[in-house]
Amino acid sequence: MAMTMHCNVVSAEKKLFDGRIEFLVASGVMGELGILPGHAPLLSELKPGTIKLTKQGGAEELIYVSSGFLEVQSSTVTVLADTAERAGDLDEAAAKEALEAAKRAVDDESVDLSYEQAVAQLRTIQLLKGIRNK
Amino acid sequence: MAVGKEIRSQIGSIKNTQKITSAMQMVAASKMRKAQDRMAASHPYATQIRNVVSHLAEATPEYRHVYMQERDVKRVGFIVVSSDRGLCGGLNINLFKAAVKEIVEWKDKGAEVDICAIGSKAGSFFRRYGGSLVAAKSGLGDTPSASELVGSVKVMLDAYEEGRIDRLFVVYNEFINTMSQKPLVQQLLPLEAEAKQESDKSKVAGWDYLYEPDPRILLDTLLVRYIESQVYQAVVENIACEQSARMVAMKSATDNAGDFIDELQLIYNKARQAAITQEIAEIVGGAAAI
Repeated sequence: MAMTMHCNVVSAEKKLFDGRIEFLVASGVMGELGILPGHAPLLSELKPGTIKLTKQGGAEELIYVSSGFLEVQSSTVTVLADTAERAGDLDEAAAKEALEAAKRAVDDESVDLSYEQAVAQLRTIQLLKGIRNK
Repeated sequence: MAVGKEIRSQIGSIKNTQKITSAMQMVAASKMRKAQDRMAASHPYATQIRNVVSHLAEATPEYRHVYMQERDVKRVGFIVVSSDRGLCGGLNINLFKAAVKEIVEWKDKGAEVDICAIGSKAGSFFRRYGGSLVAAKSGLGDTPSASELVGSVKVMLDAYEEGRIDRLFVVYNEFINTMSQKPLVQQLLPLEAEAKQESDKSKVAGWDYLYEPDPRILLDTLLVRYIESQVYQAVVENIACEQSARMVAMKSATDNAGDFIDELQLIYNKARQAAITQEIAEIVGGAAAI
């Protein structure tokens, strides 16, 4: 059996995942991170993006996070997200709308983040569709 | 009939009071449920970030953030979280007692004390008690937002960063269950390694995290977020405590009023019966005399 580690994903409002996983992919501010059991202790900031968990047994789960922190200890991974949503709960129409709105106001600095978030949400939705179609 | 007029009006006024207390009990019960949900919702985040930060305190990083440095204690800061309203039993008083005990201990050690009061009860108490109140925030309502708290917390964090205070505590009521709440004094700064026996792997001396990006930037945001989330959790938990304490206090007030009414009713009935008996005796006596 593959090695596993404990994983917690929490947002400011709720707990999204608590269980054993084999592999985790997250988008850190300095690039994509892939975490396997036994990884060196790591503390990273996250940017808007998708967290992909490979659960014990091989099933995959996608979680969208807006931003936050990732902590890795050799046998545990903790994701502290500001806001997070399971991919299945994301609203595609709303995300597209947000993206359009952000595109229209592309010069405005303040919407820069919401643009990034909308893109990340859409990408998460697409990833989810990819998994389902497999 | 003039008999027992005062008793009747007393019963009436107690009944009115009872109506009020039972209404307050019901309001508190429904608010309590919501407050408990809110507390439960933000609890995982607060716990996890505390775990992360306590790991961080165990590590031996090359860059030590100012929040991680132990200093000689000359001045101590307390954030005291209380309710805005009264009528919730001994909740606030017990909390203030715990806070004052801690404050006196620090004063005995020769440290000065600064207080930041959240909730109007703490504000008025410490104004009377005569500590140096550096910040006060009240009127948060039942659904506090983190951004409202940030201002008063910032005062304390700035004071810590500038070295005006060397330790920071938060005092609030811990929610155990609906019937019991316990005052709790928790140290926020400097960060404390949690005293628990973890798997010894992480106890190896001299390990450090890989930081992405730079530790300076990362720790700044992470630790400020940590303090905010702890204070927010304290406030939310205190609100749940307040509502359940109020519900219990109002329930016992309603019960007491009921007992009181029963007792007065008995006295009233006896007095009325005595008056009737006397009247009959007088009539009978009068008839016999004729």
